[in-house]
Amino acid sequence: MAILVKPDTKVLVQGITGSFGGRHTQLSLEYGTQVVAGVTPGKAGQKFEDTVPIFDGVAEAARETGATASAIFVPPPFAADAILEAVDAGLELVVAITEGIPVRDMIEVRAAIQGSATRLIGPNCPGVVTPGTGKDSHGGCRIGIAPGYIHKSGDIGVVSRSGTLTYEAVWQLTCNGLGQSTCVGIGGDPVPGSTHLDIIKLFNDDPGTRGIIMIGEIGGSAEEEAAAWIKENCSKPVAGFIAGTTAPPGRRMGHAGAIISGGKGTAEAKIAAMEAAGISIAEIPSQMAEALIKIL
Amino acid sequence: MNLHEYQAKQLLARHGVEVPGGQPCTTADEARAIAEDLFAKGQEMVVLKIQIHSGGRGKGVFKDGFKGGVHLCKSADDVHEKAKAMLGNTIVTKQTGEAGRQVHTLLVASGEKIVDEFYLAVLLDRETSRPLIMASREGGVDIEEVAETNPDAIVKLQVDPLLGLRPYQGRNLASALGLDGKLIHSGAKLISSVYKTWWECDASMVEINPLCIIESPDGSQKIAAVDAKISIDGNALHRHKDIAEMRDLNEEAKLEVEASKFGLNYIKLDGSVACLVNGAGLAMATMDAIKHYGGDPANFLDVGGSASTEQVTAAFRIILKDPNVKAILVNIFGGIMNCNTIAEGVVAAVKETRLTLPLVVRLEGNNVETGDSTLANSGLSLITADSMAEAAKKVVAEAAA
Repeated sequence: MAILVKPDTKVLVQGITGSFGGRHTQLSLEYGTQVVAGVTPGKAGQKFEDTVPIFDGVAEAARETGATASAIFVPPPFAADAILEAVDAGLELVVAITEGIPVRDMIEVRAAIQGSATRLIGPNCPGVVTPGTGKDSHGGCRIGIAPGYIHKSGDIGVVSRSGTLTYEAVWQLTCNGLGQSTCVGIGGDPVPGSTHLDIIKLFNDDPGTRGIIMIGEIGGSAEEEAAAWIKENCSKPVAGFIAGTTAPPGRRMGHAGAIISGGKGTAEAKIAAMEAAGISIAEIPSQMAEALIKIL
Repeated sequence: MNLHEYQAKQLLARHGVEVPGGQPCTTADEARAIAEDLFAKGQEMVVLKIQIHSGGRGKGVFKDGFKGGVHLCKSADDVHEKAKAMLGNTIVTKQTGEAGRQVHTLLVASGEKIVDEFYLAVLLDRETSRPLIMASREGGVDIEEVAETNPDAIVKLQVDPLLGLRPYQGRNLASALGLDGKLIHSGAKLISSVYKTWWECDASMVEINPLCIIESPDGSQKIAAVDAKISIDGNALHRHKDIAEMRDLNEEAKLEVEASKFGLNYIKLDGSVACLVNGAGLAMATMDAIKHYGGDPANFLDVGGSASTEQVTAAFRIILKDPNVKAILVNIFGGIMNCNTIAEGVVAAVKETRLTLPLVVRLEGNNVETGDSTLANSGLSLITADSMAEAAKKVVAEAAA
């Protein structure tokens, strides 16, 4: 079992003809993911790598191919429109990989999609992976840009704001023989489609998930909100890591959302909230899997 | 991207916010001319304010001992003399650090008669992903201090981004600030204009502190933004060419500007252990690991997800320009990126920059075996590590040696 996507989930890619989108679509196909359609306005009738049909719009692509999830690689000025198009087409899951979408666009998107059945992950995220059972986890569903081979099918859920820290956690788990149910990168932007809490609730309800690693960083209060919920409601062991203990206040640390402002969003406050919720904290990033193993 | 006060006031005025009359200038003669013009219009006082991206300008001290970056002047001669003392001079404020900031621009504005002071700001509420207006009756003071000592003095209003700020919300807020009579309407209009500035300029924050009731010589009162701070969402500058041109590179650290030219995200810190990492989260975590083992990070540096040899070389060059650096840690998780590409980039960069400082490299991920042997066969005396913990320990020891 898994959350959000299963190995047989049919995926379409918005922005499939761009170099970045194309490269990662190719890697997803090689991983065994069911990429069934691409969308690039004006290029309907063409095929990606001679196999994946391209459509002008998302609604038609979904109707013709049965795709239920989308990966968005559209450039930042057009990405909010691409998200709204995918939501309007009634997709179950939209994963926005694009980095650099204006905050105002995402404020509008968040308000506009409230109440819709679509779940948005990202933007500015590595995507979602539900590992397969083949060699190097081949045969899984990979939406986004994460390296597929580091995964292993199993029962640990991973949720994180950072790409490379997710890969570190996944690799540590895999090296320790612990596979993953699903790994979700929720992205480093200040207005995310889904929060830690949204994903942790899904993991808590998923019978295929036994334990959870939650990776956060400075900025905002999403980790504190997740910790408060976990304390009262989560039935599964959770380990965590927060990046940015040494980050100076008022500076944006790479991610648009990673900033301590007005004394809020510090690593100390997040770690304290997580410890108070009984979450096993990794003091350094090399110990993320270890922190989970000792409470499993 | 941060703006200067005079630039923020230009944007606010463009959206209908009342601001005191005045002009920016870069020479003492210009300052005198602007001041003479203001005095000729009947102003009794003119205020002279340095334009740097820092709070606490008024209490700052210049390196030559001259005190204060904000001055009230009663004559054009006084304006000229103070402008001359401040332009080109370097000031240290509570936010600039010891190095201080050189003053290139002054704002010469009318010194208004202030009857009352408030605080007003628009920002993103990250909990709800909606715009948030914050206002307080206690203006002209540090809002974080108010939040701690007197939180009830702060009024908050969430705005539905699809509806925008409604007129009644503006009136309610004006009234909560204690405005009455005609001032309720002018206050509501001003709040609406400030919100519009935030929204239409893609601002991350608009802060007006103080927002003032000012009195004209004829006794009539109006509400005006006497000081203003705006920062703009850098990701939205493609649709604001005019605002993008307001960027002042004098206000940004030189190494950070240079790094951005190579697509590198670099932030200089005060420690002695430099690091070069792929990914923002891992870069922060690497700094934390250095600290955890007793070192102090010299920088944050994210080379991005697909670093080229050229970028890695540029990264080394930038790190080496920081005289405090005693050792360097390269920490790469090669997901899609091939570890050998990084290893080759590191070897090329070390040779090109003739690096003599100790260098610890930790590679993990895709094609790591080839990457490690490239490092081992390079003939360079670099130190390798298998885990991030080991790498951090080793680099801290090298920096301390």
